[in-house]
Amino acid sequence: MESPSWAPVEVDVDRPSAARVYDYYLGGSHNFAVDREMARLAVGLWPDLPQIMQANRAFLRRAVRYLASQGITQFLDIGSGIPTVGNVHEVAQAAAPDARVVYVDIDPVAVAHSRAILVGDDRTDVVHADLRDVESVLGDSRTARLLDLSRPVGVLMVALLHFVPAEANPAGLLARYRAAMAPGSYLVVSHATHEGQPDEAGEHTALYQRTGTPMTMRSRAEVDGLFDGFDLVAPGVVFLPSWRPEPGALPDAHPERYSGFAAVGRRR
Amino acid sequence: MTPGGGERVEGATAHARGSFAQAWACAVAGTSYVAWGPAELAGYLLGLTDRLVDLLVADDFDTAPAVQVGADLVAAHFTGTETLSRSLVVLREGLPPLVRDCAPSDLTSRLTRAMGALAGGYAAALRERALDEQDEIRRAMFEAHRQAERRLAVSEARFHTMFTEAAIGIAIGDLGGNITEANPTLLKMFGYTAEEFTRRNVSEMVHPDDAPSVWQSYEELVAGRRDHFRVEKRFFRADGGVIWTHLTVSLVRDEAGAPAYQVAMLEDITERHRLQSELEHLAYHDPLTGLPNRALLSKRLAEIFSRPRTNHRIGLCFMDLDGFKAVNDSQGHDVGDQLLRAVATLLDRCCGPGQLVARMGGDEFVILIDSTTTLSQVVTLAEKILAAVALPVRLGGHELTVTASIGIVEQPVAATTPADLMSAADITLYWAKRKGKGRYEVFDRDRVEDEIAAYTLSATMPAAIERNEFFVEYQPLVSLADEALCGVEALVRWQHPTYGLLTPNRFIGLAEETGGIVPLGGWVLATACAQARQWRDQFGESAPFVSVNLAPRQLQEPGLVSEVAAILADTGLPPRQLQLELTEQAVMSDEPGPLQALGALNEIGVRLAIDDFGTGYSNLSYLRRLPVHALKLDGSFAEGLRRADSPNAADEQIVSALVTLAHALDLTVTAEGVETATQLQRLRALGCDTGQGWYLARPGPPQQISAMLRRGCSNVNADATTNHACSHQSS
Ligand SMILES: C[S@@+](CC[C@H](N)C(=O)[O-])C[C@H]1O[C@@H](n2cnc3c(N)ncnc32)[C@H](O)[C@@H]1O
Repeated sequence: MESPSWAPVEVDVDRPSAARVYDYYLGGSHNFAVDREMARLAVGLWPDLPQIMQANRAFLRRAVRYLASQGITQFLDIGSGIPTVGNVHEVAQAAAPDARVVYVDIDPVAVAHSRAILVGDDRTDVVHADLRDVESVLGDSRTARLLDLSRPVGVLMVALLHFVPAEANPAGLLARYRAAMAPGSYLVVSHATHEGQPDEAGEHTALYQRTGTPMTMRSRAEVDGLFDGFDLVAPGVVFLPSWRPEPGALPDAHPERYSGFAAVGRRR
Repeated sequence: MTPGGGERVEGATAHARGSFAQAWACAVAGTSYVAWGPAELAGYLLGLTDRLVDLLVADDFDTAPAVQVGADLVAAHFTGTETLSRSLVVLREGLPPLVRDCAPSDLTSRLTRAMGALAGGYAAALRERALDEQDEIRRAMFEAHRQAERRLAVSEARFHTMFTEAAIGIAIGDLGGNITEANPTLLKMFGYTAEEFTRRNVSEMVHPDDAPSVWQSYEELVAGRRDHFRVEKRFFRADGGVIWTHLTVSLVRDEAGAPAYQVAMLEDITERHRLQSELEHLAYHDPLTGLPNRALLSKRLAEIFSRPRTNHRIGLCFMDLDGFKAVNDSQGHDVGDQLLRAVATLLDRCCGPGQLVARMGGDEFVILIDSTTTLSQVVTLAEKILAAVALPVRLGGHELTVTASIGIVEQPVAATTPADLMSAADITLYWAKRKGKGRYEVFDRDRVEDEIAAYTLSATMPAAIERNEFFVEYQPLVSLADEALCGVEALVRWQHPTYGLLTPNRFIGLAEETGGIVPLGGWVLATACAQARQWRDQFGESAPFVSVNLAPRQLQEPGLVSEVAAILADTGLPPRQLQLELTEQAVMSDEPGPLQALGALNEIGVRLAIDDFGTGYSNLSYLRRLPVHALKLDGSFAEGLRRADSPNAADEQIVSALVTLAHALDLTVTAEGVETATQLQRLRALGCDTGQGWYLARPGPPQQISAMLRRGCSNVNADATTNHACSHQSS
């Protein structure tokens, strides 16, 4: 169903969007001058940012592969952004050809773009919804068409929850998603933190006030707290590159430089 | 080249190329995001390396494959510009050693051209890719716009339909209160044209009866301090008429959250209101007199009690016409109704603001006075009403004079409840009626409490007689000369199932008022006479006479004499053996009935005694006129003689005088309340004939008397000296 909002969502290209800025960091051109300007500003203040974003995207890839290795063939990727390269459905379908993926994003441009890219792929679909509107996400007919929630599902909230402020009660939202997930399902989270590089993280947060999606950094303990009702998969909550690194990858001497936590939990 | 050697060379070359690819991967790591792990990445770069080596050593040198390698880097998403420059450096240095074995002579030139081609291919592909992606994202943006606009169009269409077709009135206004749009329903509701309406400002839509909160809410709304409010509000129509509406006003904010404009929705509830107020009027008014009814009174009381002010007092007059039933019966209901209407009118006239006159039903009216300061304020109003009602009224040619009775309550609101207030007024009205009508009475809580207790008892009295809860005890009357038992006083007791044993003072007074005394008295009389007859059968002449109390009410009963006669006949008790005790008040009645009854009882031969003599206003002269045989001196006289050391000289003299007087009139004197030996001696010395009291004998069951009699003597102290019953001087 088309979001039945009484007041239509504004498409605002005069403001930077988190999805497009992220695309820029990853070397994509799915962005506008406002996005690039903000990204350059951010990188000026925090030169590690592109590396951090790559590390995040790499974690996403490893996590999806891990889930596939655990037999997960259906994925709900919330806050999916603008598919650039190494998208969830590509990674998942490489591991399991019948894998099905539902992408969800709040950004109307990201959604339109995803739809354009995915035309003709009947194992993927895109839902325009807000993570906080659990009903709209889980109740959407596209979600229902592709995902069988009575069986284990992989729910991805990668680089998403730092866009959910404390007032929106992320723990409460997660509890509602958890309630819809069959035992044996997985939750994948990566989350920006101030624990690695506090100064840069502070400035960065301030910068994101400009976007439609301001940021809330969280501590390791807070991220750990998001997994209530899940058993964390080893190695638990760790900095991005330290989560089950690829074989052959050189160990990073300063994983905290990546300023983001990664974790995967299995629904009890 | 031998095959074997070639293989070795191949193997060594492959190894070298693998190492190179690894180094290349290291050099570009982190410059772009590619969706591969280190192994896959090195594998991909190895493929490119192979192609570059092949190109460099080819017989026909062609740069086209290098262009493709450049493009393939971009295809793998090596889009970071660092990637190209670092790759060029690595390739320039690392490729020549890989082709060392079969290096063409123009390797340097080939390398330079190949690198140039690679960079060119990379740049072209990157540019292509960037343009494609820009294209994509633009298209996505347009698509998103289109979607949003479609939704907007849909919602606008929806809004338009809703606005024009809605059954409720809708108006849109700016923050200054200027109405910019009004829908057809609203225009019809108000009777304005669209043009007239949009010339108006919200501030002109005040109705004088608007609650102040309405406009306060409105101010808060346009200031952005609240998002909506909902009220019931009246408006003036174009033609001056009034409409009642359910009004909902909502604030619409702009994107930044600042107040932008307001939307008002109005539901016309005029008809509902009219019906409601009509129904309300009907529900709260008495159709005959048009006065407020009981329901409205209750509502008003509830309002007052729900939010009392400090020191808030309230007054209530409960009024009832005296003898209204007689008017109705004799003059007909028509006249009765006219009278009620006339009374309603004059009550209304007597009362002012802050006073509510309500008809409770029948001929009962209540005047509620909110906020009184003193009782006298209410009393004054009651007096005014009584005076007004007492004036003759002309109804249909007749002149009618009625009076009314009023019960007044005046209390602090905090100290009572509506129900208690009403019942207090009701009780007080009853007092006024009982006291003789045409008057008011003022509520007195202590009095009520006594009455309630007694009333509860009296109400159950007739049933209690049936259930045999009453019994009679007998207290000896003893001759003071020889302490012989000469008579017994029958004393009724009530073995109450819940209150236990009750003595007469707990229930006789009320039985007297309610008339319950008549059957009870009759029962006691019959029981005592039967008992006396039994003693007479058993003990003959030494059996005591029985003295039974007769209440004033009984004396007024026309059937008393025949009842006494019947009981005597039934039991076969000689009339002389029965003494009836009457109070002074009872015998001093001016009415002829009681006096005749006394005469008749005397005729039958029953003895009469005056009980509690000396307590009332004793007009001794009546003793001469009445057929009385005995006086029972009230216990208070004996009380005065109690103390051995200092007897009360005055009491002694009075008793002495009374005894003298009684004896002069041929009356026996019985002293009540003999409780000590001293008293006994004194009373004997003063000439009293008989005594009664705890010192002599307590009241007890008939067996106690039988036992005394059986002991072979009639002397209560069993000293067996006397054989004779009391001597009655009159007998
Ligand atoms: C940094 S991107 C992450 C993309 C992808 N998950 C990844 O990690 O590679 C964050 C995305 O979350 C989306 N987002 C932010 N808040 C959201 C919300 N409340 N509901 C749904 N999506 C949201 C943004 O539009 C953006 O596309």
